[in-house]
Amino acid sequence: MMKWLKANWFYLVVLVIALVVPFLITNRYYSQVITMSCLFAIGALSLNLILGYTGQASLAHGGFFAIGAYGVAILTYTLGWNFWLALPAAALLSAFIGFLVGMPALRTRGSYFAITTLCLGEIIYLVAGNWMELTGGHNGIVGIPVPSPIIIPGVGKLTFETQIMQYYLVLFFLLVTLFVMNRLVKSLKGLTFMSIRNNEDLAEAVGINTFRTKLLSFVVANFFAALAGGLYASLIGSISPSVASIALTFNFLMYALLGGIATLAGPILGAFVMPILLEYMQFLQDYQMILFGALLIVVIIYFPRGFMGLFTTLRDKLKKIKVGA
Amino acid sequence: MELFLQQVFNGVMLGSTYAIVALGLTMVYGILHVPNFAHGSMYMLGAYVCFFLITIFGFAYWPAVAVSAIVLALGGIVLEFLVYKPLRNAPGVNPFIAALGALIILENAVVVLWGPEGHRIPNPYPGIIDVIGITMSQQRLLVIAVAFTMIFLLQLFIKKTTMGSTIEAVAQNKEGATLVGINVNRVSAMTFAISTGLAAIAACMVAPIFMISPSMGALVGLKAFVIVILGGMGSIPGAIVGGIILGLIEAIGGGYFSAAYKDVFGFGALVLILAIKPTGLFGKEIKGR
Repeated sequence: MMKWLKANWFYLVVLVIALVVPFLITNRYYSQVITMSCLFAIGALSLNLILGYTGQASLAHGGFFAIGAYGVAILTYTLGWNFWLALPAAALLSAFIGFLVGMPALRTRGSYFAITTLCLGEIIYLVAGNWMELTGGHNGIVGIPVPSPIIIPGVGKLTFETQIMQYYLVLFFLLVTLFVMNRLVKSLKGLTFMSIRNNEDLAEAVGINTFRTKLLSFVVANFFAALAGGLYASLIGSISPSVASIALTFNFLMYALLGGIATLAGPILGAFVMPILLEYMQFLQDYQMILFGALLIVVIIYFPRGFMGLFTTLRDKLKKIKVGA
Repeated sequence: MELFLQQVFNGVMLGSTYAIVALGLTMVYGILHVPNFAHGSMYMLGAYVCFFLITIFGFAYWPAVAVSAIVLALGGIVLEFLVYKPLRNAPGVNPFIAALGALIILENAVVVLWGPEGHRIPNPYPGIIDVIGITMSQQRLLVIAVAFTMIFLLQLFIKKTTMGSTIEAVAQNKEGATLVGINVNRVSAMTFAISTGLAAIAACMVAPIFMISPSMGALVGLKAFVIVILGGMGSIPGAIVGGIILGLIEAIGGGYFSAAYKDVFGFGALVLILAIKPTGLFGKEIKGR
């Protein structure tokens, strides 16, 4: 027990902070920003699985986020389903669509795969904007109900009307995602993902079915992307085709890359730090995005492993100093 | 039948502009292996430079096109030097992100400087020609003519001049090219200059037909990427054929089925073609990347 504590004390501290955060930050706007960061962290983590660990740059990620969002919106608002039924249904639908399009798309490699998925994302965006009967066209869907209450015998009813409860809801799913990702990338399956990233031909040569492995990674990534999307639709209450836009995919990409690709903490860190950074750059008004683009270039040139890379370099240096002394 | 021919004409017009934009992109990819996602932004900038030269400095149309091409060629060299050169040995997705950064900077800079609204360049050739029931505006015919002239001149440059053949040499084997004394840095800069200069010409040619706006480049850039992949990375004939094919698919799909879904047909065709031939129409076997 002590040993476990010693190895993991840092994560425990982070978890405790995450649990008490809503009581420390009472400003409605900031707590909304934090809830959204948790939500986008789920999206960034799932992109990290296919991009960081498996080495396949899927640029349809925003599209699958949108499938989850529209799935939940249509099932709960239009068809009147219970949220707790609609959310897994939408995520499974996204995973299934991922399976169907992954079959042809994953035959391609490298930049070809990136562009193929970019096109798939664009198709999802166009369909969302034009299929009036199902998606409401460019106006989208307004009035999506918040998640239905859960009744826990003996404890009472959990409702999700308040901001604090919505935060805990998203945090719960973020932890679930993190748990699954952690188990997955540290398993034998995770090793096969990374072997494909490092050298696909070699992986194939040692007997890994690379196609099936890539497909699995793609399907799992899309499942969690849709989970984030479904939560988003229900918490925000309205969606429009912009949830399928390429800008969202690029945001996920930025979070994962700037945070530190192929690490579990990196994408979460990115999803928290980037919106806060943008918030602080708000006073620059129109010039904000220009500076942001410049920042992106500087980081990718000088710190290609993101914040986590910077962090590990610093830690190694500190260790060296300690050993030297 | 007339509708069909009309759509074919429009498709070829669209396709020939796509082809020259994609041509620049495929050259840069073939040589530097840089996915220059900011290519569409350079295209957009080209149209803006042309617009200001005509409306503020009172340039005539053709000198404006020429100056715009030169300005953007220099812009391409700067872009290569600042953004891509430091990333030459970085793993695949990093230059892509840097390109994204460049795209964000350029698009927003134009919004800040000149506003998000659209502008129109006065049409220098408003006349209309009627051939067997198809109406062809002179400007549209001109677009096709200029596109094919540019393609022809580029081929001549690459195949017949020493400077042009260094581009091909670097594309085939970087180390080998360095060994025989080719300055790879200079070739990279030159390729970027040609690439963005071509994009500027394409933008100036279609600017009198469509509106110009800060967001005009993003979709064209994406389509150019589609074409480059469709034709096979680094393949010049692939870019030309791919451009025309995409233009035709859009025009015919948009004319006969649904204008709202015309881009879906184009992107859908790409996914379908890659599903059958994962390396593109003219692509060679690729390894690793």
